[in-house]
Amino acid sequence: MWISFLIAVAVLLVLALVFGGLLGFASERFKVEGNPLVDQIDSLLPQTQCGQCGYPGCRPYADAIADGDAINKCPPGGESTIKALADLLDVEPQPLDAEHGAEQAVRVAVIREDECIGCTKCIQACPVDAILGAAKHMHTVIESECTGCDLCVDPCPVDCIDMITVEPDIRTWTPPAPSIIATDRQGATV
Amino acid sequence: MSQLWDFSGGIHPPENKIQSTRRPIRTARIPERLIIPLQQHIGVQAEAIVHVGDRVLKGQKIADVTAGMGVPVHAPTSGTIQAIELQPVPHPSGMSDLCVILQPDGKEEWVELHPVENYQKHDREEVLQLIRDAGISGMGGAGFPTTIKLRPPRDRKVETLILNGAECEPYITADDMTMREHAAEVVSGMQVMAWILRPSRCVIGIEDNKPEAIAALREAIQGTQIEVTVVPTKYPSGGEKQLVHILTGLEVPSGGIPADIGVMCQNVGTAVAVSRAIHEGKPLISRIVTITGDAVQEAGNFEAMLGTPVSALLSEAGLQPNRLNRLVQGGPMMGYTLSTDAVPIVKTSNCVIAATAQELQTPPPEQPCIRCGQCAEVCPMELLPQQLFWYAKAEEFEKAEHLNLFDCIECGACSYVCPSSIPLVQYYRFAKGEIRTQREEQLKSDRARERFEARQARLEREQQEKEQRRKERAKAAAEAQTKKKAEAERAAAEGEAVDDRAAKAALVQQALERKKAKTAQTKAEAPAAQKKPDIEALEKQVTQAEAKLNTMQGMLDEAKAQQADNVEKLERAVAKNHDRVKRAKDALAEARKQIPAEPETPSSE
Repeated sequence: MWISFLIAVAVLLVLALVFGGLLGFASERFKVEGNPLVDQIDSLLPQTQCGQCGYPGCRPYADAIADGDAINKCPPGGESTIKALADLLDVEPQPLDAEHGAEQAVRVAVIREDECIGCTKCIQACPVDAILGAAKHMHTVIESECTGCDLCVDPCPVDCIDMITVEPDIRTWTPPAPSIIATDRQGATV
Repeated sequence: MSQLWDFSGGIHPPENKIQSTRRPIRTARIPERLIIPLQQHIGVQAEAIVHVGDRVLKGQKIADVTAGMGVPVHAPTSGTIQAIELQPVPHPSGMSDLCVILQPDGKEEWVELHPVENYQKHDREEVLQLIRDAGISGMGGAGFPTTIKLRPPRDRKVETLILNGAECEPYITADDMTMREHAAEVVSGMQVMAWILRPSRCVIGIEDNKPEAIAALREAIQGTQIEVTVVPTKYPSGGEKQLVHILTGLEVPSGGIPADIGVMCQNVGTAVAVSRAIHEGKPLISRIVTITGDAVQEAGNFEAMLGTPVSALLSEAGLQPNRLNRLVQGGPMMGYTLSTDAVPIVKTSNCVIAATAQELQTPPPEQPCIRCGQCAEVCPMELLPQQLFWYAKAEEFEKAEHLNLFDCIECGACSYVCPSSIPLVQYYRFAKGEIRTQREEQLKSDRARERFEARQARLEREQQEKEQRRKERAKAAAEAQTKKKAEAERAAAEGEAVDDRAAKAALVQQALERKKAKTAQTKAEAPAAQKKPDIEALEKQVTQAEAKLNTMQGMLDEAKAQQADNVEKLERAVAKNHDRVKRAKDALAEARKQIPAEPETPSSE
């Protein structure tokens, strides 16, 4: 009877050692650097790097969200970003926090080039290096790279930067959603 | 007769083709002005190469694409360029686009044409270039540049070339009439394309509701290897993927093109354009367009110059404005409503329907989906329209994409049969547009992130480099300080050099010291050397002076004794010599006093 008891203990002990070793190996071999959730959150943020959320860029805000900050502080992303974040984090979507600004149409910065004095202040302010120029030479915005973050407007000493709303043209147009269904329409008119 | 396959689904809507096939193709009058959009096909917009005020000839190139996918645009007639400006163009958005406005002069002066006598003797690449320079893009609907389509990837050999003459959509008869009246050109154009592609099989697929066209083509293909295959009438058999399946039994893979399975589809209108470009040297400047609908009295097909406003064609077809309710470009299934009749005919315009209120009724309001499944039964792509609708409406685009939303050909069969009159295709178009926008935004944000991260990395690196330099400077300063201190200490202690500089300095110091010592020694030796002869000289002087004094004393004594008159003189000389001896003795005594003290001085230094 003692023999069978000892065998059982030995078998369990061996199993525990084997699986413990396996787990230990796996945790070393398949180690994930950093928090993968932050990457996922970061990929949903609009990457304007505008800092309207109160953090210096999208990645820091993604870090903050992963640590439990509110998901409704991103005006450039707007409702769709909040919805996507809510889906990812499995929380209730909240309306955009008005404190951080309102959602607006896509904009780009445009430098009134004949007024530019070439001070390079906007170049230093641009988070995505979308402004081209050199000291005492005219600067210009690379429109395709501009995220419309607004950060270059304030530093300009001669106020020669305009934020222009990008109007949809025939090439960026997409079909609109069909109008509401009949029963909804009836409900709306009553 | 070759074997035919059937595709699943499909519908049989009223054809309404007879109205526009009763009259032969009429050549449309030259309008007062031509509005020629710079973009008439998918791809990139052409750039105008003419200026306002320029006179252009018929067939002259007025815009070209330098980079990217596109074909040039040509002047449809001779005249003057009036403007290059934004004008409404045929597009579902109803928006405007850049157009060249040409005022015809009515002279119809052609540019010099270069027909190719015997294209088989040319390089295939040359012929492809001619097709491109003729501005030919697909004339069936999507408008893909024909040259690019005729250049399939090298590893994809086109085995079957299909000419699409099915024209399954109601109302449209442009291809039907083209085949009836230009059968020879259809066949010669196909021969050019077949020569380029070298397929093993060439088929013209025609729906069985076009007996005249079938007859005309059967006659035209005499003596060629081209087959004319009649396919049963069913919408949408003219869809590229459907026609490929009907004629070959092959299925185009999801997200792929027919070339992936060795098949290529071209429109009959495109074949005519290719034939004209090669055999006559004429670019694509006109097309056959169906003007039909109950609101026009003389419905029919017109050979219209590209850029002709729809309004001009409608009036030629006898439009009754009071009956017109809706203007549709394309067919009733896949077309879209035009917001204005000022839009021009472009390379892809095949039909304009001037519909009365009874003809194309405003669809009744949408009702909730009852899950009847009729849409799934008619879907020619075997998709799940109600699920796609569900997800598109809920804006769950990812799930819609997962159900192969992008395989939808937007044929409209599902909307046609929907008992709840749900505009299903509109939902799919909306979802596709949103997904494309989201993808573009994702790309843009990815790029922004990349640039942001690159900038951050750069700033950090610069900061680090600055810090590094600062540290190095601080280190160098501290080192210099300690060195100085150490040197000072060393100099104070023993003057031993620690490092080279100090050693050198010490060496110099030592050298200086040696030099000093040497000079001091020489200085010390010199007086001794001087003094020794000095004493000797002095002694000599003393002895000489004494000897002289003695002689003088002797002479004085002699003179005193003789009582000579020179006694006084001699006495003065003796006194003088006495002084001299005394001075010499004094000097000697002094010198002798100095000498014993002098030998000690060198060692003290």
